Amino acid sequence: MSILINKETKVICQGFTGKQGTFHSQQALDYGTQLVGGVTPERGGEIHLGLPVFNTVQDAVNNTGATASVIYVPPFYAADAILEAVDAGIKLIVCITEGIPILQMLRVKAAMAETGALLIGPNCPGIITPGECKIGIMPANIHLPGSIGIVSRSGTLTYESVHQTTAQGLGQSTCVGIGGDPIHGMNFVDVLSRFQADEQTKGIVMVGEIGGGEEEDAAEYIKAHVTKPVVAYIAGQTAPPGKRMGHAGAIVTGGKGTAEGKVAALKAAGIEVVSSPTDIGVAMKGCL
Amino acid sequence: MNIHEYQAKQLFLHYAIPVPEGKQAITVESAAQVAKDLGGDGWVVKAQVHAGGRGKVGGVKLAKSLAEVTEFSQGMLGKRLATQQTDAHGLPINSLLIEKIYPIKRELYLSILVDRGSQRIIFVASAAGGMDIETVAHETPEQIISVPVHPAAGLQAYQCRKVAYTLGLKGTQIKALAKIMQGLYDLFIAKDASQIEINPLIETDSGDLLALDAKINFDDNAVEVHPDILAMKDAEQEDEKENKAQQFGLNYITLDGNIGCMVNGAGLAMATMDLVKLKGGQPANFLDVGGGTSIEKVCEAFKLILSDNSVKAVLVNIFGGIVQCDIIAAGILAAVEQIHVTVPVVVRLEGTNAEQGRALLSNTGLNLFAADDLAHAAEQVVALAEAVV
Repeated sequence: MSILINKETKVICQGFTGKQGTFHSQQALDYGTQLVGGVTPERGGEIHLGLPVFNTVQDAVNNTGATASVIYVPPFYAADAILEAVDAGIKLIVCITEGIPILQMLRVKAAMAETGALLIGPNCPGIITPGECKIGIMPANIHLPGSIGIVSRSGTLTYESVHQTTAQGLGQSTCVGIGGDPIHGMNFVDVLSRFQADEQTKGIVMVGEIGGGEEEDAAEYIKAHVTKPVVAYIAGQTAPPGKRMGHAGAIVTGGKGTAEGKVAALKAAGIEVVSSPTDIGVAMKGCL
Repeated sequence: MNIHEYQAKQLFLHYAIPVPEGKQAITVESAAQVAKDLGGDGWVVKAQVHAGGRGKVGGVKLAKSLAEVTEFSQGMLGKRLATQQTDAHGLPINSLLIEKIYPIKRELYLSILVDRGSQRIIFVASAAGGMDIETVAHETPEQIISVPVHPAAGLQAYQCRKVAYTLGLKGTQIKALAKIMQGLYDLFIAKDASQIEINPLIETDSGDLLALDAKINFDDNAVEVHPDILAMKDAEQEDEKENKAQQFGLNYITLDGNIGCMVNGAGLAMATMDLVKLKGGQPANFLDVGGGTSIEKVCEAFKLILSDNSVKAVLVNIFGGIVQCDIIAAGILAAVEQIHVTVPVVVRLEGTNAEQGRALLSNTGLNLFAADDLAHAAEQVVALAEAVV
C-alpha cells in the first residue's frame, strides 16, 4: 500500500485550462494518474486534454466521483479554490500555488477545521505514489516504486531525496511535499503517522528547514510513536537570522526556528540527522 | 516589506492609535522648523532607518534646545547608521522624525503577529517594555502574555481587558488599551501586515497611553494589492542586489563568503550553501532562480552574483524537474560568454536531460567544470575558490 493516494484515486484539476494546469495535467495523464476532469469557471462543457471541463468543483465531483483535487490557480484565487473543493466534499486537496497571502491561509485553515478534508501545501510540489498516481509538479522519471516514505517542506530537496533513494535501489512508497509557507495544510506529524501505519513504508526520510517549530513537534512524535527508521536533514544551517530564504516560511525570527535547534531536537529523539544533503540515500539504506 | 517609523505612525493615526506629536523632516532647516512648530522645550530627534537598535548607536537623541535639534539633525542627515540589526556599513539616514518629549511613567510592550504554531493572529504584551522582547521571553517568560484571536470571531473585549490587567492598567486606561488593540487588529487585517510592534508603549505621568515607537512589517505576498503601502517602500533601505533580484523574479540574499551559488528551489539553495560551508568554503549568497528558468534569468543571476567582487568561484546546482537541464546548460553557456565570466564555474546538473546538459558544458574551452555529483561539485568549487585567493 501507499499513503493518501494510489492507482484508484480519481483526481480533478482546478485551473485546468490554464498554462500550468494544462502542462502538469498532461504530465499526470502520461504518468497514469486517474485524472478524470477539471474545473475552469465559464468553460464548463468543453473538452480539454480529452477530459470534461466543469464550471464548479461540485459539478466535477457529481459527474466524475473524484475524491482528490489539485490546484493550479494564481495566488489571489487559491484560497477560494481550496474552500470550493472543501465545500464540494473533496477529501484530499493539493495546492501547488505559491504566494498566497498569509491572512487568507489563516482563514482557510480555520474554515477547514473539522470538515475532515486534508490539504497538502500550498507552495508545494504535491504528492506522488510512484507507479500509481502523481498529483503535482515533480519530475516523474526520478521515482521508483519502493519502500521509503519521503516528507519535505522543500520541492527540490524532495527530488534530491527521491533521486538518492532511487539510486540506492530503495524506491519510494509515497512522497509528500508539505510546502514552504508558514501556514499550510498537513504537517510532518500528519504525514509521519500515516507512514508509520503503512505496511509498504519501511523507512522514512524527513527534510526540514529553518523557521517554525514543526520539526521539533515531529521529533517528539517520532520518539513516542514511530518505530520505523527515520533519516532527517535540515536545510538552512548557514542562513542569516531575520532573512526569508526564498520560502515564505523559511526564516529565523527572535532566535527561534534555527537549524541548530531543530537538529538538536531530532538528535535528542534518537533520529539520524545527516549533515550533508548528499548523504540522505546512503544513510537511509544503512538504517534498514 | 518594511516601512519607516514615521510612516507607521501615520498609519497608526488613521486607526486611532495615539502617537506622540511629531513630524518627519528631510533637511536640517525643516527639522528645526518642525521643533519650533511643535513648541515646548524638549524634542526627540530620531533617525529614520529600517532597523532597530537605533538608540544605542546615536540614532535617537534628546534635544533640550532648538540649537540642539539643528546640531543633532546635522549629525544624522546624510550619514549612515549601523546598528546591531544592520551590517557594518549601516543604512542611509535620509529623513528624521522630530517629536515632542513626554514624561514617561512606565514602558510597556505590545505587538500583533501571525503565530505559526497556533495558526492564529496573536497579541503579545508585556509590562517589561523598552527592552528586546526576545530577551524578556528568554529571561522572564512569566512577564509575557499572548492572546490568540479567532479569525471568525475577531478581537473580543475580554481579551483586551485580560491584556490590560496583565499590564497593570486601571480605570479609563483599560478602554484606551482596548481601542489601541482594536486599531492594531483592524490595521493588521486591512493592510495585510505580518507584524506590528509597539516597543515601548508608554504610560505618561498623566496616565495616557502612547505608541512611542512603531514598527510594521507587511506580508510580501499581499503587498501588491495595497498601493498605498507599496508607495511607502524605501528601496535605499534595502540591499541593492536584493532589490535588483526581485525585478527579475529571483530570490537573492547577500552573504559574506566568496563562493557564489545559483540553485533552483529555495530548499536546495539553502542546502547548497550548507554544503559549501561543510566542505570548508563560505557561500557569498543565497540565490534561487526558481522553477521556470530562462536563458535571460540565468544571465541576470550570473550578473548579480558577479557584481559581488568577493566572489572567487561559482557553484551552479540545478535539479531539473520541469526545467530541462540542457536548456539550463545553454543558458549558462550564453551567460558565461555574454557577460565574460572569468571566475571558475562548477556546474552540477541532475534530473531531466542531465546528460545532454553535461555534454553541452564539457570541452567548451571556457572556465567551466561539469560535475555529476553534488558532493564533488561542492569540494571542487571550494578548492577552486581557494586557489584564486
